[in-house]
Amino acid sequence: MKLDTSGLESAAPVWGAPSELVDGFSAAPSFEVPNTTDFDGFQKEAIQMVKPAKGTTTLAFIFKEGVMVAADSRASMGGYISSQSVKKIIEINPYMLGTMAGGAADCQFWHRNLGIKCRLHELANKRRISVTGASKLLANILYSYRGMGLSVGTMIAGWDEMGPGLYYVDSEGGRLKGMRFSVGSGSPYAYGVLDNGYRYDMSVEEAAELARRSIYHATFRDGASGGVASVYYVGPNGWKKLSGDDVGELHYKYYPVMPSTVEQEMVEVAGA
Amino acid sequence: MARYDRAITVFSPDGHLFQVEYALEAVRKGNAAVGVRGTDNVVLGVEKKSAAKLQDSRSARKIVSLDDHVALACAGLKADARVLINRARIECQSHRLTVEDPVTVEYITRYIAGLQQKYTQSGGVRPFGLSTLIVGFDPYTGVPSLYQTDPSGTFSAWKANATGRNSNSMREFLEKNYKETSGQETVKLAIRALLEVVESGGKTIEVAVMTKEHGLRQLEEAEIDAIVAEIEAEKVAAEAAKKAPATPKET
Repeated sequence: MKLDTSGLESAAPVWGAPSELVDGFSAAPSFEVPNTTDFDGFQKEAIQMVKPAKGTTTLAFIFKEGVMVAADSRASMGGYISSQSVKKIIEINPYMLGTMAGGAADCQFWHRNLGIKCRLHELANKRRISVTGASKLLANILYSYRGMGLSVGTMIAGWDEMGPGLYYVDSEGGRLKGMRFSVGSGSPYAYGVLDNGYRYDMSVEEAAELARRSIYHATFRDGASGGVASVYYVGPNGWKKLSGDDVGELHYKYYPVMPSTVEQEMVEVAGA
Repeated sequence: MARYDRAITVFSPDGHLFQVEYALEAVRKGNAAVGVRGTDNVVLGVEKKSAAKLQDSRSARKIVSLDDHVALACAGLKADARVLINRARIECQSHRLTVEDPVTVEYITRYIAGLQQKYTQSGGVRPFGLSTLIVGFDPYTGVPSLYQTDPSGTFSAWKANATGRNSNSMREFLEKNYKETSGQETVKLAIRALLEVVESGGKTIEVAVMTKEHGLRQLEEAEIDAIVAEIEAEKVAAEAAKKAPATPKET
């Protein structure tokens, strides 16, 4: 996992290379700096090039019974839809979920890495890691890679000894605790429906329907979101996938087509 | 580049790490320390060498806190103790920063023991010459614990333990007299164990009690004297009861 920092070693003190014994904190990862006249400008350009537009819709909210997590499943590269069946809800461990927005590879890799760290914590400390702790581990890692072009906008949702927990963590190093979040290009649309319909005392079915509707509405208006609306529920016994509905089918379910009179006449003529 | 990679702690032909064993000798020469776990508190006691007249005794505290809910006492080289305590204190805060939770007693004990082990397997360094007694409360469950580490880097949990000078006699005493206690009884048990090997008095013993509500509290000299007096009185009464003839039975 360590990046190659041999290029920077010349700055180290002459005697006694930094020994593990003395250093309480591990060094942040770093990489070789390119030779340009305008390093700042170059860096900004590089980041813009790498930064995808987080074309997706994900949301999560805490309610009386636990946490509801939902996401779409479309991956887009500019105007090209590269996949309609991406798993954007990542199972970190049986009681914690992460959502994917931004770079797919970045999200997948770092969530799996977080899963490893959570498991190691469990083994070392004989108790599960809290959602607070897990989200902080991820946020600290992302912060140490700040400015290097990672693109991650994720929500960590889980149930621990303190009850339901939900955190938003992003690649800028930000970490927020909250009750409702939506991340991605479709999030404004999802927020509209979610904030309107949210109540703390909802049943699991009501909350699932709210989550599903919010994703559907976001996929309706946002071109970068679509595919399948997956809904997961996190309760005291861990997470459970509740549904995965194609948003096209959801559309006709919410807004069924009424046959107009013209079509009826044509049917009669054909019968005669 | 001069690299100190010549190890000092190496195996002997019959499987001993002599440097570690010599470190244990240093511990055996250190002042006595005892720890007792009660149902609702944990008590640490250390033997205090009689303070020099001009010395400010408060600067030479032997029982220190690592965090609000964890405290440590040790036997052995005091200078090594200072370094180890500082690293442990940093680790307690670092843990709070990275997982937003206070350390558990087991975690910080594992860290200190791990540190002590590292110094038995690195180039150019010698092992720490001290054994520690670490007490505290689990931040979630509120369960009190007592752990001991030693220069080899091993650690384990104890109901009551002693280290330093004459630790064997203290441990024997504790094994004979240990029972589940709480509150003042635990303090008395710890002081009684210390009194087996130390001349009595508030001047030669330092005692601290940790409770879940109030954290670590160092006992005042006067308090310790009072408890010692109580213990002495109980001892005298017990002796008298043994010597006195049995009351004659009513015929």
